[in-house]
Amino acid sequence: MSSGIEAQVLQPYKYGFVTDIESETVPPGLSEDVIRLISQKKGEPAWMLEWRLKAYRNWQKMPEPHWANVQYGPVDYQAISYYAAPKQRPKLDSLDQVDPKLLETFEKLGIPLEERKRLAGVAVDAVFDSVSVATTFREELKKHGVIFCAISEAIREYPDLVQQYLGSVVPYNDNFFAALNSAVFTDGSFVYVPKGVRCPMELSTYFRINAESTGQFERTLIVADEGSHVSYLEGCSAPVRDENQLHAAVVELVALDNATIKYSTIQNWYPGDEEGRGGIYNFVTKRGACRGRASKISWTQVETGSAITWKYPGCILQGDDSIGEFYSVAVTNQRQQADTGTKMIHMGKNTRSTIVSKGISAGRGQNTYRGLVKILKGAEQARNYSQCDSMLIGDRCGAHTFPYIDVRNSTAIMEHEASTSKIGEDQIFYAKQRGLSAEDAVSMIVNGFCKEVFKELPMEFAVEAQRLLGISLEGSVG
Amino acid sequence: MTGKGKRETGKVLLEVRDLHASVEGREILKGVDLTVRTGEVHAIMGPNGSGKSTLAQVLAGHPAYSVTAGQVLYEGKDLLAMAPEERAREGVFLAFQYPVAIRGITNAYFLRAAVNAIRKHKGVEELGPVEFMDALEAKLTAIGWDSSYLTRPVNDGFSGGEKKRNEILQLAVLDPKLAILDETDSGLDIDALKTVAQTVDKLRRPDNATVLVTHYYRILTHIQPDLVHVLAAGRIVKSGGKDLALELEEKGYDWLRTEPAVA
Repeated sequence: MSSGIEAQVLQPYKYGFVTDIESETVPPGLSEDVIRLISQKKGEPAWMLEWRLKAYRNWQKMPEPHWANVQYGPVDYQAISYYAAPKQRPKLDSLDQVDPKLLETFEKLGIPLEERKRLAGVAVDAVFDSVSVATTFREELKKHGVIFCAISEAIREYPDLVQQYLGSVVPYNDNFFAALNSAVFTDGSFVYVPKGVRCPMELSTYFRINAESTGQFERTLIVADEGSHVSYLEGCSAPVRDENQLHAAVVELVALDNATIKYSTIQNWYPGDEEGRGGIYNFVTKRGACRGRASKISWTQVETGSAITWKYPGCILQGDDSIGEFYSVAVTNQRQQADTGTKMIHMGKNTRSTIVSKGISAGRGQNTYRGLVKILKGAEQARNYSQCDSMLIGDRCGAHTFPYIDVRNSTAIMEHEASTSKIGEDQIFYAKQRGLSAEDAVSMIVNGFCKEVFKELPMEFAVEAQRLLGISLEGSVG
Repeated sequence: MTGKGKRETGKVLLEVRDLHASVEGREILKGVDLTVRTGEVHAIMGPNGSGKSTLAQVLAGHPAYSVTAGQVLYEGKDLLAMAPEERAREGVFLAFQYPVAIRGITNAYFLRAAVNAIRKHKGVEELGPVEFMDALEAKLTAIGWDSSYLTRPVNDGFSGGEKKRNEILQLAVLDPKLAILDETDSGLDIDALKTVAQTVDKLRRPDNATVLVTHYYRILTHIQPDLVHVLAAGRIVKSGGKDLALELEEKGYDWLRTEPAVA
């Protein structure tokens, strides 16, 4: 029956171009000297270097984790270059001094940085390899007291804020990849929203890997002070290459009393080719702390790219009445592998969490949901609702679900629903009989399946996400 | 052979010649001949397993069935050479016996996608959501239905009867030249059957045609068929007028098995 469902004629990855730009790259390899060099290039204070070195020394003692349901050859950490920057150092204050090639690159990716072309209502921080190229709408945001800048700049300009929160949610020794990131992180975004401020626009960061044999290790820190509200979105892409490139990011979110952070990701790193050659290893640690009363952190992710994805954006629900949410769509096509899910740690009273995960597997893709819901002793009346749905396209792919539940308070209410469905010949035939093409039929069925997640995305990006999903599944159904 | 030749005024819309089809290597249709003209309603009756649904699916192009011999002409063109979506865009509509659910997609969205696929094929401008809703409201009113179906996901959580009604709603909106209704009457209560049949009857025009695949005489009390055919063991063994349906209702199908097949 499924013979027609799997013609693997693949649409080429649309963001696979390389920008020809001279870059300053440190030689491959990792040592204390390399870390000192990175820190020096960034003009960092001594405390930052000390923190990096502490992370590095810990990392050296840590084994690479292999419990995830993914397979890959050994990663040679000494073969990676840990710093690459376009040679002409951009001055952040003026776009006139940014290399036109960089502006062109981002424009090609649909992220215009020039004043007159900017996306209305969205401020963008554009990161190219190891450095932030430009951040738009900074002045406008400053009027509201919102700080939105490159993290390397924040370390210099707002050292007190950074020192107070950096590593407070994901410690430097949290796990192997987080420790590596803490030692070598180069850029990323910093956001601070002051008390009572509702951020007037969407904030977003676009990450682009360009240089060869490099890794990208960005670090993002978002702090929402009491009663504030912010919505942030990250996007990313990389050139087509035969080698695997490592992306090990750390994202930390802190929400104080009554604050809300909505964090959305549209991940479109190069997934590798149909034989599994090349592609990004996306090994990422993302965590939010709902530190204050009635605070709320909501993660929404649409993961369509990367050869391997290993990420579990989670929430630590410390404050009473705090809320954690995780909405995820993960697509694996060709030979992609994803092991992704969330951790909801309930500490405060009356804390609530919602998990909605949609995994779509096509080709020879392997998709694993892995989630932990932990209700600690003091978390009276905690509630969790989890829903994990898997969809299979064709019969060579796989879907796996590992929900871990650890409840230590008897007043907790837990609900878990799971389903697995298969896009069948009958569904596609039904849509075709009404005049739709196979591609439109699949795209419609998949979008309907993901609807609960897409509706959580900021409006400007929901359309982009739907389109991206269409592209990454193109060719998976004949 | 009463009734045959009574209404040979319309153009030949569909011509099935010696059609053989099999599924998973098993031959189901063993030489079906059928001519449908515009303005006509045909009823195809027959016992379980005789090949009625297979005929409907083969005409729509379901990939599970392979045609091993024979020919089907639709408006003089080779229907079997056309992809299922092309057949649909050219005006062939199948009301499914078991309509499929599509989660998260509203009926209105699905219908608009279908309408626009057909419009695009015809080179007519596609309809935006607002224009489409206006056009749809008019259609709903014309057939006396309310709009509660539109905001629900396609067949998701529908009862058997609701699914069948929804097929007829799609039929009304897509307005095909050739409608094939595969046991749309089974699973409907008497009132629903009446509504559905009346809707189909309202959609009759001199330039379209309907093929009703059915087990029961009941639906034919609401829709007057021009021709009734009996399909048994993969062939049409008898054709006649409405009286034939009545005869089948009284006598069943067994008496036909002893009669020689119509070539």
